[in-house]
Amino acid sequence: MHRTGELFGQFQTLEQQKETATLGMWVFLVTEILFFGGLFLTYSINRHAYATAFGIGGNMLDLNLGFGNTVVLIASSFTMAMSVWSAQTSHKKLVPIFLILTLVLGSVFLGIKVVEYKQKFDHHLIPGHSFDITYCSKNPSACNLSGKDLDDEKKEIKEGIEAEADEAKKQGAANPEDVGAAALNAHAQLYFSLYFGMTGLHALHMIIGAGLLLWLIFEARKGRFDANYNTPVDNIGLYWHFVDIVWIFLFPLLYLINRHLA
Amino acid sequence: MAEHSAEHIVSPKTYAAVLTALLIGTALTVYAAKVDLGRFNIVLALTIATIKMTLVILFFMHGKYSPRRTQLVIVAGFFWLAIMLGLTLQDYSTRHAEPSRSQLNELPSSLLRRS
Repeated sequence: MHRTGELFGQFQTLEQQKETATLGMWVFLVTEILFFGGLFLTYSINRHAYATAFGIGGNMLDLNLGFGNTVVLIASSFTMAMSVWSAQTSHKKLVPIFLILTLVLGSVFLGIKVVEYKQKFDHHLIPGHSFDITYCSKNPSACNLSGKDLDDEKKEIKEGIEAEADEAKKQGAANPEDVGAAALNAHAQLYFSLYFGMTGLHALHMIIGAGLLLWLIFEARKGRFDANYNTPVDNIGLYWHFVDIVWIFLFPLLYLINRHLA
Repeated sequence: MAEHSAEHIVSPKTYAAVLTALLIGTALTVYAAKVDLGRFNIVLALTIATIKMTLVILFFMHGKYSPRRTQLVIVAGFFWLAIMLGLTLQDYSTRHAEPSRSQLNELPSSLLRRS
């Protein structure tokens, strides 16, 4: 059974029916806001507690890839909004075209994310047994690191270990230098755990969104969505924009916060 | 309710303007991050992100043209988020401010002499 925009018994008008669907979608998005909000909160508290290690971790992300992904995702939000406009104005041929563009841009985002994850894997920045925040500064050729970037990273890590060693000394550690190096690695690992947790959950939302888009494209090609009935396009659009908003906050918090120190 | 016509349609021109503003905001936040503003780097970054989010909600998500009921749900969502963030952060930021009486008794006397 396909819905085609007929009026259901519990509503008085089609307008009320549409508004109810939008309201329901927003209630779901509010739960999503609080869901991601918990992660942002965890990030804030730990960033405050381990600012040095988080700063070093953040500077190890690839700013160009992160910036490119932000642009791609914002563009996909625009094409999504345009597909909603196409449906509302009964440009039935345009609806699938804009949806396909949105899906392509969403896939580019996920593709770039894969490149980034692979890079972090090669650089020993996946939390776990082989995590080593000093890997790139010790093996610069393996990370394509040279010149000023290499000097900056070495300096940052040296200062980070010193800061952690000072902290350990204050707490009365017998061998603050060793404790400092271990603490920096542990706290940087915490940063990368949050990085993978938050971007991973965001990427999962993108994958779900891509699945929803596939279904929408399939249905839109049959010409199902027009001025009379476009609730699915509208609601999946809301979801897509929400995922964009999450990234709008993830990008500065994960990639940008300590760039001025480098 | 009966008299106001179906849904508000946002024009492609408005969408394009929002897209431009979002891209400018993105460029601006990257540029601002490279300038040393001390503790205001984070304030500026989050301000730009909040403005971008507001644009997305108002125009891409039609928040500006939604019925009051829907707008109330949106605002309520951020209100609850503010409670979660605000109260938890104030808890964390004040928890270690003052040692309790029992902790004071356990501290070495050299530390106590300061007060």
